[in-house]
Amino acid sequence: MPLAHRLRHLHTDQPHLFLLALMMILALLSINPLTWLVLTISGVAMGAMLFLMASGMTLTFGLMGVLNLAHGAFISLGAFAGATVMTFWMADTAEHADLLVNLLAIVPAMLFAMVVAGMVGLVFEHLVIKPVYGDHLKQILVTVGGSIILMQLIEVVWGANDMPVPRPESLQGAFIVSDAVPLIGGIALEKFRLVAVVLGLAVYGLMLWIIDRTRIGILIRAGVESREMVEIQGYRIHWLFLGVFVAGSALAGLGGTMWGMYQEILSPHMGDEMMISVIVVIILGGLGSIRGCFYGAVLVGLINLYVGFLEPRLAAVATVGLMVGVLMWRPQGLIPVIKV
Amino acid sequence: MMNQLLSGDAPRSGILTAVLLLIVISLAFGPFLFPGTRAFSTLGTICVFIIVVSAYDLMLGYTHIVSFAHTMFFGIGAYGIAMATDGMGNSFGAIASGLAGALILSLVLSLLLGLLSLRVRAIFFALVTLAVAFAFLSVVTQLYNLTGGEDGLRVRVPRELGPAFRPFDQPLPGFSVTRLITALVSDPGNPLQAFKGAIYEFRFTGRELMYYVVFFLSAGIFLFLLRLVNSPFGRVLQAIRENEFRAEALGYRTVYYRTAVVILSALLATVAGATFALINRYVNPENTLNFELMVFILLMSVIGGMGTLYGAVVGVALFTLAQNYLQDLLRWVGGYTEGIPLLAQLTGPDRWLLWFGLLFVLSVYFFPTGIVGQFRLWAGRRRRPT
Repeated sequence: MPLAHRLRHLHTDQPHLFLLALMMILALLSINPLTWLVLTISGVAMGAMLFLMASGMTLTFGLMGVLNLAHGAFISLGAFAGATVMTFWMADTAEHADLLVNLLAIVPAMLFAMVVAGMVGLVFEHLVIKPVYGDHLKQILVTVGGSIILMQLIEVVWGANDMPVPRPESLQGAFIVSDAVPLIGGIALEKFRLVAVVLGLAVYGLMLWIIDRTRIGILIRAGVESREMVEIQGYRIHWLFLGVFVAGSALAGLGGTMWGMYQEILSPHMGDEMMISVIVVIILGGLGSIRGCFYGAVLVGLINLYVGFLEPRLAAVATVGLMVGVLMWRPQGLIPVIKV
Repeated sequence: MMNQLLSGDAPRSGILTAVLLLIVISLAFGPFLFPGTRAFSTLGTICVFIIVVSAYDLMLGYTHIVSFAHTMFFGIGAYGIAMATDGMGNSFGAIASGLAGALILSLVLSLLLGLLSLRVRAIFFALVTLAVAFAFLSVVTQLYNLTGGEDGLRVRVPRELGPAFRPFDQPLPGFSVTRLITALVSDPGNPLQAFKGAIYEFRFTGRELMYYVVFFLSAGIFLFLLRLVNSPFGRVLQAIRENEFRAEALGYRTVYYRTAVVILSALLATVAGATFALINRYVNPENTLNFELMVFILLMSVIGGMGTLYGAVVGVALFTLAQNYLQDLLRWVGGYTEGIPLLAQLTGPDRWLLWFGLLFVLSVYFFPTGIVGQFRLWAGRRRRPT
């Protein structure tokens, strides 16, 4: 197909790429190019962290039609669990100046956060969500209630006050591109954001591989498409769903740890604040779609940074405005997978 | 006559009738029965939230529309009054124009939300309203030169509604129920002394006058909503709740009905917000717009009983009392659990919400029709023993 033709049909064939390109070009026109580059990288970093937090929720919905409004509590839980490892159990390794030694604290922190969030997810699914399959109204109600309980339990364990989390030594500060490099010489890139981008892309790649290439992936995709057909083939879809739910909770925990390190301060309600962005991301992408979730997250990250730079007071309005606009244009989201 | 007032929708349960009578009498004679500022603000909050929650129940319970933007409209009403009195002084004209502006804004926003709900399906609507309410909260927090930001605004009420206004020269007599009960419990042998000790005097000021304005407004709106849900319009709403496709097939434009419900409920929430600003005389994002407040409204509505307006009254009364006094109870329990590591944490006075959250989840599972539904079920069983 000729390029011109493909470009002309981009907004119908590839709406996510069209919107991404449109937003980046519009921003480039109104911001100085070097600042734009820094903002774009930061926006993608924020998008990567958002993707970690949102991917579990979108898959849970896609597979079982379960809308888990307690997802934010898992983000908080992961953040607190990760911070516990770094500030209490492995404080000396986390404060070391060497990256490899730091990793000895960061990797266990992330794993611990994932394990804690995953285990709590397992219990939560069994006690709270399982009794109300197939009833959206009750799901909304019990997951809101469950979210209150989880947040209160976080306050019981870690206390109601905000908790400072020092970022590991080697991830602090920025990485300055030397002046010798043409065009982009002299710009400063925060190290932590680069790590977030790499981690987000790695998880995205891994998830795409699982969904596209493995047996479990094909079952998940089939389950999203038609639950009964998978059951007829003799698969226990509930176990599959349980696995996805636990994995999604674990990813929320991982995202929470990253977000906690990024913010350097934790509060039990941080998950609720993130839930808004998470919800916008999954609606933008189309509920149930991993690819859509990734692009939605990047779009939200970018618009937050661009608008935050141009007019900080309007960042939240622009995010929600983007969502409403996309819904008016494509009510099922950018990459619809399921018919809700 | 009573039947006509209640639009033929009686409580239909002896216990429920008793509970409702208790609530109504306590509210109607509130300042005469419960001395103290804390009790006064509790009573005022109950009256305001009866409007908020019964309007919410019209959406959630009668039509199964889940909206998380109810606090947004409540906040619009509260900020409308606060900003108008801030800019135009403490006159009734300022209040009227603030309320009018707030109602117009709510009308436009709820119309837009209602139209959006045509474009997206029910489950999206809940998420979209959540996001929109959050955006509104962030706008209010950011525009601090207009709204006072996080610090909020003090509401300057007209003199007639403030503590300086004294319609009666003499203090009025009151009979403190709380004092009577404490005296009877601590010294059961001497009821006469307890009765004497319970009598007190208080000044009827503009604040009490404002309380009665809110009380009668709340009662009026409640009876209006009761009339509405028992009208043909209300029947269509319930038909939409049970089976929207079928209601549409019967020839009802469900879209119109849904939009009308969203708008009506938003406007009533706005009115409630305005009265809240006038009785609380202080407005900030936390007490009007917070997501937590939205969750509280949801809790009140579900625990009381969805789809029954009486449930809103019972739920609000129970929740507000718990919010204000459960901490005292937990402090008392905490006296016994002190020293036991985890239990002491779980029963601390700040953990009242944990127990309410638990009650909420359990009530969704085991009493999906809430307190009112359960009372009616018991009453029905007693009437027709099987």
